[in-house]
Amino acid sequence: MPDKPKITPKVAIFATCINDVMFPETVIATVQLLERLGCTVEFPVEQSCCGQMFTNTGYFREGLGCVRSYVEAFSGYEYIVGPSGSCVTAVRDQHPMLAAQSGDAGLAAAVDDVVRHSYELTEFLCDVLEVEDVGAVFAHKVTYHLTCHSLRFARLGERPLRLMSKVRGLELIELEGFDQCCGFGGTFCVKNPDVSADMASCKAGYAVDTGAEYLVSLDNACLLNIGGVLHRAGSSLKPIHLAEILACGEGGL
Amino acid sequence: MSDNRDKEQGLGNESSAGAGGGAGAGLGVGTGTVASTHQRRTPAPPAGRLIDSPPFPAAAARLIGNQTLRANMRHATHTIRAKRAKVAAELPNWEQLRQAGAQIKDRLGRHLDYYLEQLEANLIANGAQVHWAADADEANRIIIELVKAQDVDEVVKIKSMVTQEIEMNEALEAAGIAAWETDLAELIVQLGHDRPSNILVPAIHRNRDEVREIFLREMKLYGKPAPEDLDNEPAHLAAAARAHLREKFLRAKVAISGANFCVADTGTLVIVESEGNGRMCLTLPDVLISVTGIEKLVPTVEDLEVMLQLLPRSSTGERMNPYTSMWTGVTPGDGPQEVHVVLLDNGRSRVLADPEGRAALRCIRCAACMHSCPVYERVGGHAYGSVYPGPIGAILSPQLRGINDAVDKSLPFASTLCGACAEVCPVKIPIPDILVHLRHRIVEEVKRKHLGLERFLMGVAGWAMARGRRFGRLGKLAGVARRLTGREYLRRLPGPAHNWTRARDLRMPPKQSFRSWWKKEHG
Ligand code: SF4
Repeated sequence: MPDKPKITPKVAIFATCINDVMFPETVIATVQLLERLGCTVEFPVEQSCCGQMFTNTGYFREGLGCVRSYVEAFSGYEYIVGPSGSCVTAVRDQHPMLAAQSGDAGLAAAVDDVVRHSYELTEFLCDVLEVEDVGAVFAHKVTYHLTCHSLRFARLGERPLRLMSKVRGLELIELEGFDQCCGFGGTFCVKNPDVSADMASCKAGYAVDTGAEYLVSLDNACLLNIGGVLHRAGSSLKPIHLAEILACGEGGL
Repeated sequence: MSDNRDKEQGLGNESSAGAGGGAGAGLGVGTGTVASTHQRRTPAPPAGRLIDSPPFPAAAARLIGNQTLRANMRHATHTIRAKRAKVAAELPNWEQLRQAGAQIKDRLGRHLDYYLEQLEANLIANGAQVHWAADADEANRIIIELVKAQDVDEVVKIKSMVTQEIEMNEALEAAGIAAWETDLAELIVQLGHDRPSNILVPAIHRNRDEVREIFLREMKLYGKPAPEDLDNEPAHLAAAARAHLREKFLRAKVAISGANFCVADTGTLVIVESEGNGRMCLTLPDVLISVTGIEKLVPTVEDLEVMLQLLPRSSTGERMNPYTSMWTGVTPGDGPQEVHVVLLDNGRSRVLADPEGRAALRCIRCAACMHSCPVYERVGGHAYGSVYPGPIGAILSPQLRGINDAVDKSLPFASTLCGACAEVCPVKIPIPDILVHLRHRIVEEVKRKHLGLERFLMGVAGWAMARGRRFGRLGKLAGVARRLTGREYLRRLPGPAHNWTRARDLRMPPKQSFRSWWKKEHG
């Protein structure tokens, strides 16, 4: 029996720009999963992006629009949930800094409030809904890449593994160097192409070696990077976001 | 000094420098600091100054293809990484120790003036002489004068980052004084006409076959030769080094050291090491000159309790380092009877003035950050064009030197911000945050000067992302692009995006965004 959620609150979904445009299937899966668990999902249209591409490249002022749009979209929500350890981390760790640097005290206060209500998907499932078995079925061999931001910044810990362990039929194969960076690094991949490509192909190589069918992670940006290498190599290993696995019911993908 | 900023030339140039030539890993920039007519006493390092090195991406592109280097680095970093993780995990209070380490260094920074004067007073009271140096030139001038006053033309040296930073060996060489490195790895580097590539394991980029070759070729030129039948057994290599160094230890009247810690409230200097060469240098010669950055202080002797747990476990992955030497000024009739301490600023007070960047001064030079770094592991320390490589180098060197040269403008971008460094740093330096801060400083500087494609693109993207509805409308263009190309993946892209497709395909966005789906389903 799937776990019964402790509460079934109203949730504002933070799609993140990359998922919105490039990986809509991940956000759709997140919505379906949360609705299946009994939550009411809303999508505030004023949202855009976490802004980390700007911040991490040193363009603080250019990133400020993202901070404002996040506040505008999500102020007042008790639970804001995004299917990305990286983007949620950018909101929680960088928005307060950007707002403080802008000198806009009102914005800084609003940011402080809204970031406290921002959750990465597996945090929300494990800590707020207090579920591990979400009733998912996924009868495939998968291997799991811990993205840097999920591991070391969002500090998701064992949560993704706990959720995966309850997915019916799922066989998890350990990935060598699972905690090593895939080399994406935002604009790092174009500023330091040689090192980035080397890291990506190293990661892809280990993933292929597992013999798994799917490479699962909590950040599609990393999967875009590793997946690009896999596609170039003609590999059949398919990148997939954990939300899509968790949303899978009896019918499969 | 020729001003060689030409990256292509710098990269194409296999460095071959001085007697016995052929450094493997230098980047071949500029010309030497010592006039070529001068008869050298010690092996010449690679030509050129580090500051003139090519920017990181160019240097990395060259080094990443060196398979021997890759294999050496991978083996060494992975071994030491695992050792560190194991011994750090043994201590149940490891996180509290790290917190304490950070707080001790922050307290030092807040009252640095007070602790420096306290240290000076305690040193003088214990018979030491204290010298203040604002920069590298002043420090070198002081040291040369002190050595010359002894009427000697050679010194023995303990491995020290700060003497690398001020390029002391070359300054002494130019003054006709030979500085002999006595740490095994530093000896390998010195005899190899090379530069260190790691702050803890300077010859981490060399394997034992290379070491054997260097010893056989070079030792005989600078003292006791290596045995002719020397093989590549680590114990035999170490024995050759020991024999080579022994005569230098016994001869030297002056030793030069750095310091791992300087205790303000007692005037005690501390050196931790593994080989005993440091203990020899600290006890045998008549005169000891220690040069240290002003951030190396700790306020009280109790603080050593924390630091001496953090440092060995983080650096060599040992519970305790084999040798810990402490000395407080002069001990009459025992050890050096003339003790000097040179306190060096060289950019540190400028770093301290930056609230966002100053945490870099907490660094205790353990090298855990570089051993954990996936970028460093692939390219080695020479790619960083700085005495301090890896993550700490990327935040410290640009700050110490001032962000003026091409290499310093590239270093803060030499990271994916994966955070592996900050996770292991024993004094909890938020390295990724400081990298981002320095990127911001560099971008602001660039913005003042010119437009550029990157700035233009960031400006446009910033505008597009500033409103959700605007982003939504523009996002539809991605779907249009997909319909036009009709492809799920692209194999080749123009401009800077080519750097992506050189190594991987680019997945194209699907025809319908999430936003459009939501509007249809829920709108
Ligand atoms: S930054 Fe931290 S981890 Fe790196 S060398 Fe310094 S103390 Fe060690």
